[in-house]
Amino acid sequence: MSNIPKDRQYLSSHEWAQQVEGLVVVGISEHAAEELGELVFIELPAEGDEVTFDTQFGEIESVKAVSGLNSPVNGKVVEVNHQLVDSQAAISESPFEAGWLIKVIPADHSGLDKLLDAADYEAQLGGS
Amino acid sequence: MKKTVLNEAHQRHGARLVEFGGFEMPVWYSSLTAEHHAVRQRAGVFDLCHMGRFEIVGDDPMAALDRVVTQDVSRMKKGQVRYSLVCNDEGGVLDDILIYRLPDRLWLVVNAGNRQKLLKWFGERLVGAEVIDHSDDLAMVALQGPLACSLLAPHIERSAGRALADLGYYRISRAQVNLTGTPIDGWISRTGYTGEDGFELYIPSATAEPVFEALLQLSDEVIPCGLGCRDTLRLEAGMPLYGHELSEQQDPIGAGLSFAVALDKEGGFIGQPALRKVVASGPRRQLRGFVVEGKRPARQGSVILHNSVPVGEVTSGSPSLTLGVPIACGYVDASLSEEAPLEVDLRGKSSPLSPHPLPFYRRNTETAQG
Repeated sequence: MSNIPKDRQYLSSHEWAQQVEGLVVVGISEHAAEELGELVFIELPAEGDEVTFDTQFGEIESVKAVSGLNSPVNGKVVEVNHQLVDSQAAISESPFEAGWLIKVIPADHSGLDKLLDAADYEAQLGGS
Repeated sequence: MKKTVLNEAHQRHGARLVEFGGFEMPVWYSSLTAEHHAVRQRAGVFDLCHMGRFEIVGDDPMAALDRVVTQDVSRMKKGQVRYSLVCNDEGGVLDDILIYRLPDRLWLVVNAGNRQKLLKWFGERLVGAEVIDHSDDLAMVALQGPLACSLLAPHIERSAGRALADLGYYRISRAQVNLTGTPIDGWISRTGYTGEDGFELYIPSATAEPVFEALLQLSDEVIPCGLGCRDTLRLEAGMPLYGHELSEQQDPIGAGLSFAVALDKEGGFIGQPALRKVVASGPRRQLRGFVVEGKRPARQGSVILHNSVPVGEVTSGSPSLTLGVPIACGYVDASLSEEAPLEVDLRGKSSPLSPHPLPFYRRNTETAQG
């Protein structure tokens, strides 16, 4: 079983959201990173773009496949992890820390309230 | 979902398992990239037990098979292997297969996903012969890569003391496989789906697991390889994959496989009249190779554009791990010249395509030919 930190929340499509000082940091779970395998491309929004809960905000590609990235929160992107555009290695090596994707100012908490906690996300992985 | 006799071995080696052709198969073990490079530079072991292994039996099985495949079977020499298509009456491809003429029998290897379809087709359309499915009692494993011959040779005994190195490309030989402490009677062919030198072993299923493990013990440089790298390797080598470049709606001529179609074969074959028409009028669309500008790979289904007008579709695309650029194969309208500027629509953004002759990668054959 892959690592599932308890200090954040999850979408069933394997993105995580961590609330830090009024911002929501967004990434993908270790499980998702492992499933994708070696990454070759990522498309992320720009600073200032709006993101919508459970709606695609970017794409990530491995050698084998393309996968959409869904937002765990409604809000505006304030920071993008630009180093990922050149190399996605940080996502594979450190999906919960160095491999974060975007930081969002939440417009509301309607989406965040629907996210899974670590235990529920782990239960979902166990059942899949 | 079916499992091959090597399923437990895959799990022991940490494979990530996915469904392919109705079987639970390893997509990679450690890393797709590492496995790809191992095959290009050293050697890798593949489980191919999911593929269908058939025998054609009858009074004159070669003549019977000649009526249902595109290759000229009657011209095959003993010990020869040939790539062929099985077509429907319209000239569409039901499957791409290998035909093996052994000294005393005739074998086929077919794609996993087409096993049942072909059993039914051959059952209905073979005249004077029948098909026997050996897929469960006969296992198939491959050792592919530039080190394959030197690593395997000490463990393979051919009749009359012939050396493994002397087995020619696309040849098959009876072999005693001395890998496990107990000699195993089987067959070995110098074939593969990677673009590298390599061999495929056909052995009783009960011996598959010890043989698989013994192949991995041949050297520290040999690793187990999954279907993920098999796909990136075959795409670089310009080899079609059924369900991507080939389908029942696609003729082999436009797919660039005329070399495997004996259009003038005496006695005819299923699909021959239709394929003659395709050749006479020219195929409607042609398979071409491309390098995609930028870092983003094109994928199956990506639309190919000329002056913003759709003119074709990508059938396979991935990063070329050997060349370091995204590569793709796809069909475009045959009326378009090779020089016509093309782009590919990648989910709303277009990237220019540079034509690239197929294959994308060709090994140095000085060391590989027997």
